[in-house]
Amino acid sequence: MEYNIPKLLQKKRKTIIELWIKNQLSEAGLREELISNEEIRQQSEELVDSFVSNLTNENINDVYSTDFEGVIEILSGISITRARQGFTPRETGAFIFGLKEALLQLLQQEIKDDKEVLYNATLQLNRLLDSFSIVTFETFIKGREEVILRQTDEITEISTPVIRVWDGILALPIIGTLDSARTQVVMENLLQEIVETGSSIAILDISGVPAVDSLVAQHLIKTVSATRLMGAECIISGIRPEIAQTIVHLGIDLSNIITKATLASALKFSFQSLKLEVKKVQSVKAVV
Amino acid sequence: MRIFNDQDVVPFRNRVKECAVRIKMGLVNQTKLITAASELGRNMLKYGKGGETLIEIVTRGRDNGVRLTFKDNGPGIADISLAMKDGYSTGRSLGLGLPGARRLVNEFDIKSEPGKGTTIVVIKWANG
Amino acid sequence: MEKIPILKMGPFLLVTIQVDLYDRLALSLEADLVQMVNKTNAKGVLIDISAVSIVDSFMGRIFGNIAGMCKILDAETVVVGMQPAVAITLIELGLPLTGVHTALDVEKGMKLLTEKVNIDTDGDEPEDDDNNPV
Repeated sequence: MEYNIPKLLQKKRKTIIELWIKNQLSEAGLREELISNEEIRQQSEELVDSFVSNLTNENINDVYSTDFEGVIEILSGISITRARQGFTPRETGAFIFGLKEALLQLLQQEIKDDKEVLYNATLQLNRLLDSFSIVTFETFIKGREEVILRQTDEITEISTPVIRVWDGILALPIIGTLDSARTQVVMENLLQEIVETGSSIAILDISGVPAVDSLVAQHLIKTVSATRLMGAECIISGIRPEIAQTIVHLGIDLSNIITKATLASALKFSFQSLKLEVKKVQSVKAVV
Repeated sequence: MRIFNDQDVVPFRNRVKECAVRIKMGLVNQTKLITAASELGRNMLKYGKGGETLIEIVTRGRDNGVRLTFKDNGPGIADISLAMKDGYSTGRSLGLGLPGARRLVNEFDIKSEPGKGTTIVVIKWANG
Repeated sequence: MEKIPILKMGPFLLVTIQVDLYDRLALSLEADLVQMVNKTNAKGVLIDISAVSIVDSFMGRIFGNIAGMCKILDAETVVVGMQPAVAITLIELGLPLTGVHTALDVEKGMKLLTEKVNIDTDGDEPEDDDNNPV
């Protein structure tokens, strides 16, 4: 009996889908909260349809054939969405290996008499499906990377708020490590805000910076110098005792920079230089 | 583009700016790139008696960048590491041209042979 | 050849740079300005660079020179309106323009100049804090 593998698979399309979905649903860690059964069915049908209808006797041995572009596209789409939805790599892998399992089961059922044909067909499909798995993982990781990149951007955005504490006084609490990319964002935001508000004093609060080494100190000095070039003064506040110790031990010279221990004393200093006075209002006893 | 006198630097800077704007480079990076271009252009004029420049847009993965090439046939630089030091100058300037320009760009490559001239290639990435 | 206009405002000179500077233009500005300070006996010079999109080491040096020369002629120099991107670039370049007074805008610069000149004429102890904001 002659077997035409692509024809056979096309004829048995329904069976493959059923087998595959059964495989997926029986998977122990099925994430019902992330994906519904209908969605699984729809994704599986789409993929199997595209796969069997593009499979021919010519390209069954050629994993790089352009005929499979459609399949790879669907596969990439599925694995990118899965990465974003928070599926684990194992779950995404199980998805595509389930299809391989289903195909091989089908071959076993259909080709019973000819061991050699079965062996060859199994080998061919194995190779194809393995290549698809690689694509799945590539796009899965790419999807994850995109998520990470977006989060990095968000963190940089969120972590540099410039606060207007008083007319003409800005404060910028820095939280986390200062690297050169961060410094650039901090500097840009600060200087832009200085221009917009016409503030003449900026307070850089480093209470949230875990450690100050010579590189971080250099970044701080740069920010202060840039603020001065704009025509405003920059005060560094929130220096913890351990940080003061490391700064001196490292021999970093901060003598040209106004430093204060707390934000409060920096604010007090700013009031002084702006010639402002803050006092407690004496409760006025009915003078009228 | 050729730079053979002072005024040539202004249109050259404008061309660099156009390229930087085209790949959507941020304002600060634009300014850094143009300043570096200005430094290197002046150096070429002053020490290399003018020369050729080339502005190209390059791509690396998702990132775009601007590559500038400065090529002169001047006397060349005998000791590159000395020339790259802050505050060293054979002219009577601040000695910030080369080292300063290197700090302003992402990639900096200098080749020079005494008597044959100097070629400097710099790249600034849009998100660098 | 183009020239950058220098305006006289009371005891001060006002320079607004509106074009992209190239080296020779900057040099001629330096020479003109020093001449003018001498001729008008000005007490202060205010340079507005809010329209300048790049300042490289050469122009930075010119600003420093102008400040130094004016100081000898007994005039204070204030550079106002530097754009954030320019400030960041100058710092990265390694040029913090020490010795040049700066202010955010023309108004604040004028105030700073008036204060500095007054202190000088009143014979009070000369305040040496360049960057003390007003």
